[in-house]
Amino acid sequence: MLSKRIIACLDVRGGKLAKSVRFVDTKDIGDPVEQARKYYLQGLDELVFYDITASNEKRDIMIDVVGRVAAQVFIPFSVGGGLRTVEDCSRVLLAGAEKVNVNSAAVGNPRLIAEAACAFGAQAVVLSMDVRQTDASPQVPSGYEIIINGGRTPTGLDAVQWACRGEELGAGELVVNSIDADGTRQGYEIRLTRMIAESVGIPVIASGGGGKPEHLYDVLTEGKADAALVASMLHYGEYTVGGIKDYLVGRGIKVRMPKDESWTDRS
Amino acid sequence: MITIVDYKAGNLTSVRRALEALGLPCRITADPETVRKAERIIFPGVGHAGAAMSVLRERGLDSALKEAFERGTPILGICIGCQIVLSHSEEGDTTCLDLLPGECIRFQVDGRGLKVPHMGWNAVTVTQPHPVLAHLKPGDEFYFVHSYFPQPVDSASVYAACDYGGIFPAAIGQGNLFAVQFHAEKSGPVGLRLLKNFAEWTPC
Repeated sequence: MLSKRIIACLDVRGGKLAKSVRFVDTKDIGDPVEQARKYYLQGLDELVFYDITASNEKRDIMIDVVGRVAAQVFIPFSVGGGLRTVEDCSRVLLAGAEKVNVNSAAVGNPRLIAEAACAFGAQAVVLSMDVRQTDASPQVPSGYEIIINGGRTPTGLDAVQWACRGEELGAGELVVNSIDADGTRQGYEIRLTRMIAESVGIPVIASGGGGKPEHLYDVLTEGKADAALVASMLHYGEYTVGGIKDYLVGRGIKVRMPKDESWTDRS
Repeated sequence: MITIVDYKAGNLTSVRRALEALGLPCRITADPETVRKAERIIFPGVGHAGAAMSVLRERGLDSALKEAFERGTPILGICIGCQIVLSHSEEGDTTCLDLLPGECIRFQVDGRGLKVPHMGWNAVTVTQPHPVLAHLKPGDEFYFVHSYFPQPVDSASVYAACDYGGIFPAAIGQGNLFAVQFHAEKSGPVGLRLLKNFAEWTPC
């Protein structure tokens, strides 16, 4: 059986690691490559880098970060943020990422998902969605709405319907990020995650709200997620990947426990 | 020097970076002559078996690989490179390289709540000792992304297995050929160690 995955999310701005609370108040907290390497050695399963750089001129810094990560970290990783075209996706994949994360651009141009899946395979395309709870309406029957542009612009799209559409278009995985839970460290949005996991046939990665190991347990069981994204829990040094995994194993969750920690590589 | 075969099938950069981190000299080539004369070959890949085979034929790499195999060159296939060394793949009803008799078969997991592709970390169990797998411990996990799995005709060609709604071969080999369905280059320390074992392997 597949193991449940722990994925660390690193927000990168101008080449530096940043972390936001409810999508605002971002502050720089370190070097993303160094952090990625540290988590890799702790037994992390996968990484996601979101480029939150505002200006387009600085995009090349991100390509450089991707290349440096790929040379030091030998687990799968994806890159998102500002990917608008198949060419943008191609650049990060050639730099060494396994997967691309598309978000706002895919809402405006759903063909991006299909074109990227066709060019690189569905396994390389992750549809990332930022979701906010709202009043259920005929347009948004699930009561969860897709928000784009870093949490600023409501779209009127229903989150569950958009998840299904993304799967049809060829996305290989979904990241379901709750804006309401993001940065609060009060737990993942279980109901939303479960609703989407039960509606699609592709892996669902829960995001937003992870503050302690039991939150991961909840979303991987009750929330039916295949993987959980963590950020501040690790970035501020409060937990290690190994510590989180020990907790999950203790509660009967199957996770990967690397055994040969002394043997890494020559660097 | 390890020669990585380039046939437009994805993860070449990842394999090169992993070898570089291990301090192992390598080069990427699409030239059949270089492949014929290679000292050691890694044959990676992601994507569609049919597309992979047509690029190999177009570039004359299919016959180069066969010749290298017959000469006794150590070859490591990864993912698609593990599938198309067999005789045939169900994916696109593709005639493959036939270095090892067998068939590549699609996962049938309907109604069992499992998803295809099989994507993520899963435990690999050694079923028959092999120098390339010498370091593996029970429960060691590797990273997989695939919808088809290799099924050699002769079960003696299976060296490791994995369980996903049923046991399937995860590592196969014959003589100087060894092939793994998982992505060793993305499987952390245990995967890097496998690549190093391959680099040091002398087939008998």
